[in-house]
This record gives sequence, C-alpha cells and structure tokens, in this order.
Amino acid sequence: MSKKKSKQTLIERMGNSQIWKSIIRSGIPRTRRQRMHAILGSVFLHLHPARLPKHAVKIGYTWCMGGLSFFLFVVLTITGIMLMFYYRPTVEYAYTDIIDLGEQVPLGIMRELHRWGAHAMVLTVWLHMLRVFMTGSYKPPREFNWGVGVLLMTITLFLSFTGYLLPWDQLAIWAVTVGTNMARATPFLGNEGPGAAMLAIGDINLVHAGSDVRFALLGGRFVGEATLLRFYVLHCIGVPFIAMIFMAVHFWRIRKDGGISGPL
Amino acid sequence: MDALKHAIDLLSAPTISFTLITVLFPFVFPPGDWFEKIHRKLGFWRIWTKPGLYISLVLITLFFIMGYYDPNFNITLTKPDNFPIILLVYSVVICTWLSMYKAYENDKRMDRGEKPAEYNDPDDKVLVWPDLVYIEFIALIIFMVFLIVWSVLVAAPLEEPANPAATPNPSKAPWYFLGLQEMLVYYDPWLAGVIFPGLIIVGLMAIPYITTSSDNLSGFYSFKERRVGIFLFMYGFLILWIFLIFIGTFFRGPNWNFFGPFEYWDPHKLVPLTNVNLSEYFWVKWIKTGLPSNILLRESIGFISVIIYLGVLPVLLAKYVLNDFLKKVGPVKFSFFVFFGLSMLSLPLKMYLRWMFNLKYIIAIPEWFFNI
Repeated sequence: MSKKKSKQTLIERMGNSQIWKSIIRSGIPRTRRQRMHAILGSVFLHLHPARLPKHAVKIGYTWCMGGLSFFLFVVLTITGIMLMFYYRPTVEYAYTDIIDLGEQVPLGIMRELHRWGAHAMVLTVWLHMLRVFMTGSYKPPREFNWGVGVLLMTITLFLSFTGYLLPWDQLAIWAVTVGTNMARATPFLGNEGPGAAMLAIGDINLVHAGSDVRFALLGGRFVGEATLLRFYVLHCIGVPFIAMIFMAVHFWRIRKDGGISGPL
Repeated sequence: MDALKHAIDLLSAPTISFTLITVLFPFVFPPGDWFEKIHRKLGFWRIWTKPGLYISLVLITLFFIMGYYDPNFNITLTKPDNFPIILLVYSVVICTWLSMYKAYENDKRMDRGEKPAEYNDPDDKVLVWPDLVYIEFIALIIFMVFLIVWSVLVAAPLEEPANPAATPNPSKAPWYFLGLQEMLVYYDPWLAGVIFPGLIIVGLMAIPYITTSSDNLSGFYSFKERRVGIFLFMYGFLILWIFLIFIGTFFRGPNWNFFGPFEYWDPHKLVPLTNVNLSEYFWVKWIKTGLPSNILLRESIGFISVIIYLGVLPVLLAKYVLNDFLKKVGPVKFSFFVFFGLSMLSLPLKMYLRWMFNLKYIIAIPEWFFNI
C-alpha cells in the first residue's frame, strides 16, 4: 500500500465505494463541480439552486423562518402519523387515547412534539410573512407567490384549528364551538347570517340550522361525534393534501420568480 | 409594588392602552416627513438601535417575572396553552426590531449613496453545498432540540373530558383566533367572524397588486423606501392582530369582561350594558318621535353613514388627500386600496364609537341578522 493511499480517511474510502457512488453519483463533494452536482443530482436538495448570492445564506436576512415552517410541517407529519397509530376519533375513545399517549405509549412526548410544533409553526409562518413584507419581497415578480403564501398561512391556521378538537377535552370542544359558531353568521349560507332568510321557496327556508355552512362543517347541529370524525379526516388528510399542493407551487415559484429576493 | 401593579392594570384597559399605542404608533413607524421629524426629536428612533432592543426585552421580562410572582397573573401566565403567546411576544418584538434595525442601517447606507447591505456582486456567488445545507442542517438540529426540550418540560394541555353541558367561562377560541374573538366585542359574528377574516386574507393577497411598487426596490430591508406600506402593515399586524391576541389571552376573563393582568378574575364582575343603537340615538333622543315601524326608514341614518363612509369618503380622499396616489396607480387600484384601508380602519373606529358614545350598532336590523 502506498503512503498516499494509507492516509485515506474512512469517509473517503466510503465515498469511493460502489454503494456510495451508486447513491450519490458525484462521490464525496470536494471539488466545485462535485458540490454543484450534489445539489443538482439530489431529488431533495434540488429544491435549491446550486449557487446563491451571499446575502441569501445569512440568517440575519432570511431568519430561516420559511425553511423552519417547512421543517415543522415535516415534523408534524411524522409525529402525526405516529399519533394516528394510537388515536381513535370517537367520542368514546378519543380522550382516553390521548391520556394513554402520555402514560402508556413509549416515547410519550409525541403528542407534546405535535402540539407545540403546531403552535410553533403558526409563529414561524407569521414571522416568515413579516420578513417577506419587511424586505419588500412581495413585490413583482413575486406577487403571485405572496398570494400563495397568504393562502398557505390560512391553511396552517385551519390545520391547527382542526387539530385542536381531537383531544376531545373541554378546551377542545369549546374552542371549536366558539370558532365554528361564526359560520352560523355567514351571509346567505349561515342560518343566522344576513340574507339567509331570502333563500326560501315560499315558506320553506333553504338555509336553516340543519342545512347551513356550519352544519356542513360540524356534520351536525353541535360539536359531536360527527364533528370529531370530520375534523379528524380534514386534519389528517384533507387539509394536509391541499397544503402540500400549495407548498409545491410556493417552492416551485420561488425558483421560477428569480430565486430568493435581493437588491439589483 | 402594589401601586405599580394597579397602575399597569389601569393602563392596560383597552380604552387607554389601545389609544396610547395608536397615538404613539405613527411616531414609532413614521409614515410621513412630519412624523419623521417628531420621531427624531422625541428619540423614538432609539427603539431601533441595539440599546432599544435590550431595554424592551428587559422590560418585557420584568413584566412577565412580576406576573409570575403575582397570584392572579400567575394563573393565566402559566397555563401551558399560553406559553406560545409568551414566545409570540418575544419573537415578534425581536423580529420587528431586527427588521427595523436593518432597515435603518440600509437607509443610512443609501443616504451615503451606497448599495444596501444585501447587495452582492452577481458573479460572486456561494455554493449551496456546503454553505447553505450546513446552515440549514444546524438550524434544524437546534430547532429540534428546542422543540424536544419544550416537549419534555411542558406537558401538552389536557383538561377534563369534553362535556357539552358545562360551558367554561370564558370560552376562548384557539389563541391565534383571539384577535377575531376580540373583534366580536365590537362587531357581530357575520362581520367579525366571516367578512373581516375574508377581507384580511384577500387584502393581504392584494398588497402587491395595489401598491406602487417597482421590483428594483425589493429584496432588502428598508424603511424609507416604503414607510407608508410598513406603517399600514405594521399597524394591522402588531396592533390589530398581535396586540388583540395578547388582550384576548391575558386580559379577557369571565363573560369576556376586561381584567387587568394583576386583577382577580371575578366571575361576578358587573359591567353595565348601556349600549345604544344609532337609530335610537336619532329617533328617540334627538327627534323624540320614537322608532318608526318601517325597518328601512328606522335604519336610514345608519345606511347613510355607511354609504358616506364607504362611498363618499373615498371620493373626498381621492380629490383632496390622496390625489397623488390616485394619479400614480389609477382608479381601480385606488378603489381597492381605499376599500381595504377603510375596512381596516373601521375596527378602531367602531371601538372608539363604542367607548365614547356607547354606540352599539350603526345599522341594527336584528330581524335580518344584519347589524353593523
């Protein structure tokens, strides 16, 4: 063995192995070319451009808040999937399953990670919006992506709101009762909304407590079994599905609108 | 100490605290030259310097420490679900400060004729591997550690099992909707719970379409370049959203009555409800004829006021106050801008009408669920 070869570190040897090279074609990214290839060749990293202006990697400029929001979405997805193994969305079991999650289940902080992560995500999304506004990054050509971002913020709040009901404790049902009572007052579509009385055929009201938008949201006239199931499905599948579509558009458009904003 | 607590209780009443911050706001984020002059003279610019941040953080921390050792404030402060609000206060203060600090630095640079600090030579780029992926990786690890420590230390809140028969008092929405719930004090659910949230979403999305922005002014912190925009956005975000959440969390007790932070939440606190509708003011108090039976006639004064506010006022603004802006953006963008602006302003306006004249509704047609 030559002297040079014996100096090869473990990582270098690993990087030259057939397995590594089959996964990451460029090998250990050492040269400029290999490093750019590491980004372009990775399905996960190619969200990023290969090169960035210097200010774009400064935390003082980006605050990392957009990235952290996405990271939290991933954390919440993973912890959420784990919670789904144990949680049953029925009035009979929901509350006791939540207690079991803390007391019986190994790694009993999954619910804490999920709940605090959700609160943190609301915060990071707001702060991301604040940063984008304060740097003027909403301006053309990024105005459409700003709009997508506003929708993503709304979706984040709705995700958090639907999840709020699932523990099925006093905090949950009353917070959701207060929140969904608003839907009753939707103009035309809520039974106590202005204009709803106009939607009638003769004496028959089309919009009443059993057919209005609140009824559709709750699956009933009050927060009950059907609401729990409805919010569970929305929380675990419905809203995340929509969120992922909008996130895909959001990230795609960052690149298409010229990458991260910066002064010309 | 008790005198100080009492003073804080008095000051935090929405009538006083909201007025104070609303009056001070244009001097903290000056939207025009005159405000800028006072802003400099009164030394408010110091808020956006490093000592400004340290002093604000110390004051906030002292307030929370005082609260922690107060038997009444301690109850609301240490509720696990209120912990995110404490995080919210710190992070919003730090982030607002950071953006304004950087904006002022950049404004100074640009006054000297230099480029903003974010400017780079287009040919001098860094590689994402390793310069960005490592930063991301470290940020993720730090944040994950923070989240795990938070989760280990603070158990997620869980109250008694749901009981549809026992309504807690107060019943609060999740904390991020407390700004909307606070609006319910002044507007009916169809406005506070449906129309206004919708307008907030649409209004935010409309921002880049209704402003006079050019793309070469984006991508760096600056206050001077967009001071009116920042003033309006920050008033909406900091005051009408974050501050109302703070009030809703810590200052709203049983029956949604106001309680100072150090006050005991007395469920039997009596607040006289003496609110009067505009129609009653007009027909009963001024003309002294009693309410007419025709609903539209009864509420005609209210309809006229709303039409003046949303229809005539924009025309007057276009003619006398914002004529330069109208020329720049054209009538369509102008109309949307004024409509969103007046909608936002209608919240503080209604607050003051309530506080000063006990005005309940401008238009009151409970028969049709149409109250404004």
